Amino acid sequence: MAAVASPTSLESAPRIMRVVAECSRSRARAGELRLPHGPVATPVFMPVGTQATMKGITAEQLDALGCRICLGNTYHLGLRPGPELIQKARGLHGFMNWPHNLLTDSGGFQMVSLVSLSEVTEEGVRFRSPYDGDETLLSPERSVEIQNALGSDIIMQLDDVVSSTMTGPRVEEAMYRSIRWLDRCIAAHQRPDKQNLFAIIQGGLDADLRATCLKEMTKRDVPGFAIGGLSGGESKGQFWRMVALSTSRLPKDKPRYLMGVGYATDLVVCVALGCDMFDCVFPTRTARFGSALVPTGNLQLKKKQYEKDFRPIDPECACPTCQKHSRAFLHTLLHSDNTAALHHLTVHNIAYQLRLMSAVRASIVEKRFPDFVRDFMGTMYGDPTLCPSWATEALASVGITLG
Amino acid sequence: MKLSLNKVVNGCRLGKIKNLGKTGDRTMDIPGCLLYTKTGSAPHLTHHTLHKIHGVPAMAQLTLSSLAEHHEVLAEYKEGVGKFIGMPESLLYCSLHDPVSPCPAGYVTNKSVSVWGVGGRVEMTASKFMAIQQALQPDWFQCLSDGEATCDETTSIKRARKSVDRSLLFLDNCLKLQEESEVLQKSMIIGVIEGGDVMEERLRSARETAKRPVGGFLLDGFQGTPTTLETRLHLLSSVTAELPEHKPRLICGVSQPDEVLECIERGVDLFESFFPYQATERGCALTFSFDYQPNPEETLLQQNGTQEEVKYVDQTKKSKTTSCNQEMTSFEINLKEKKPSGKH
Repeated sequence: MAAVASPTSLESAPRIMRVVAECSRSRARAGELRLPHGPVATPVFMPVGTQATMKGITAEQLDALGCRICLGNTYHLGLRPGPELIQKARGLHGFMNWPHNLLTDSGGFQMVSLVSLSEVTEEGVRFRSPYDGDETLLSPERSVEIQNALGSDIIMQLDDVVSSTMTGPRVEEAMYRSIRWLDRCIAAHQRPDKQNLFAIIQGGLDADLRATCLKEMTKRDVPGFAIGGLSGGESKGQFWRMVALSTSRLPKDKPRYLMGVGYATDLVVCVALGCDMFDCVFPTRTARFGSALVPTGNLQLKKKQYEKDFRPIDPECACPTCQKHSRAFLHTLLHSDNTAALHHLTVHNIAYQLRLMSAVRASIVEKRFPDFVRDFMGTMYGDPTLCPSWATEALASVGITLG
Repeated sequence: MKLSLNKVVNGCRLGKIKNLGKTGDRTMDIPGCLLYTKTGSAPHLTHHTLHKIHGVPAMAQLTLSSLAEHHEVLAEYKEGVGKFIGMPESLLYCSLHDPVSPCPAGYVTNKSVSVWGVGGRVEMTASKFMAIQQALQPDWFQCLSDGEATCDETTSIKRARKSVDRSLLFLDNCLKLQEESEVLQKSMIIGVIEGGDVMEERLRSARETAKRPVGGFLLDGFQGTPTTLETRLHLLSSVTAELPEHKPRLICGVSQPDEVLECIERGVDLFESFFPYQATERGCALTFSFDYQPNPEETLLQQNGTQEEVKYVDQTKKSKTTSCNQEMTSFEINLKEKKPSGKH
């Protein structure tokens, strides 16, 4: 039996976001999050670290790059090593030796993407651990309990996640269930003073369902909202419309976290649409395939054309990789069995993402965000008019023209 | 380059090598070790992370096996391998082979030696070898040599003799080519002592190599299993006794702490440092005190300890590289265990 929290029974949640500047044309905002482990400037890109470590770099390197918030995965940590052990290690911060902010997800998304044998009921998600074959139930209560033990600064509700390409009654069921699970998470949350519980807006690609979800969830006074259920296999046209719908109905004085978005173009467009926070495995994952992110796209450094290219990945980049190494050396190293090559690229790609967000933020604060967008698209696509049509439409919808 | 000995105690040499490097102002302590690299980078570590470690060796070891196939790129780069790999401030020593991955035997001829890169075999005559060194511009490099006398189970005297003859011929050719190269004036050739397990040939190799204007000596062919080093220690003493005091003695293929100490006692100055890498690859962390008690009772206990610990080697993951076939030693703990065993 699901408990229902009365919307008016809660005390007002702290306002953790301060809006510093707003774009006069689009919905872009620059802000500052006040979190237990320090302030975070927004818009912000949050690198993803599975299993309490950023694949390829140390916590110290991440700190040196200026990262002030990153992600930990509840699914992996909840199973192994387990919240009891992490609590003994002084929480996830202590376990990782990470002095800044952490955001943990509920564990829900991994269930859809990683576990073939999972079963969703009103109780929660039942699944089989890939590590020891044990059956576990991840309920809203259990997810919050794990995240309370991890001690992350932002925790996510357990939501009923369905693939964005799914249609039919399952989408509606998942949306309503996510609302009920939000209330159960709020009720189970033991540390609202130390950890900020975010709701996750669902509803798939159906405008009505999403609107309903927005109406209901915004009645709950949580410190922030995530826009979920997107960034799967849906078309970009549908994607941006759901983001725009969501930001139009979310309160302005609370952060908007768009989950799973990380391509540079998508980040810039979604900032224009009013999003503040982003996460994605893309930059770290693509690094491990030998791909370096640059303002014009990416460099596949394993390719022969870089064999004798003695320039750094990006002459404008201040990261340790670009300060010390050439494309030619990285090419050579990528063709060896020394994993250091992948670490170099991981460092650079994270630096790239963080630098991009910094530049976006500066342009908003300095009231030149629309020009920034045009420059960005020009660099990325050769000419602003050559940018993908979905992006052009999305930007036009908030008053930014590229022609 | 100048090697100054402070003292010699029980065969162990303590001193400094001064006036090293292109600018002639670097110094190295002996006994000492070289930073192990793979394709010009410490394994798994970026420059940034590497330098969080205290006491990184002043001289790094590069391997021709990982770099020879890239010599065209380096030649075009012109500024030397140190700068190319992002270590312009490091002293560099270039060895022929990678101590961790032995290469297939049977490819040495009177005219050439082969190394194996990712792209396959690279065959090098003396002139090709020197052209490659010219592109690399290391501070020191191991001379082209025939190291296969100890590859078979038993060394024939004939094969041992051949390894010495060939290596001396390569050395003389390389020295001549060095004279003709302006770029290589700043690099020092390290003469290689061969001769397999044949005392006579080892002594001949040492005496003849010492007559040439080499900067130092590499004692080749002493690597293998712990027991083979044990049997070769006597040979090692005899060899170092023939070498001049004021030039450094390097040894390849020896990196385990106990073996390093045995070699220092027999007049060796510089070592490779691939042992940490091997321990890493088997998921083990080095944990040992620096107290060395070579007393028989303790040694026996140590040996028994090693026997037991060998059982804990993780069998489930077999790596492609031969480094993982090495058994766990008593200097490490296996972090994959629920409660890691080990001496400490």
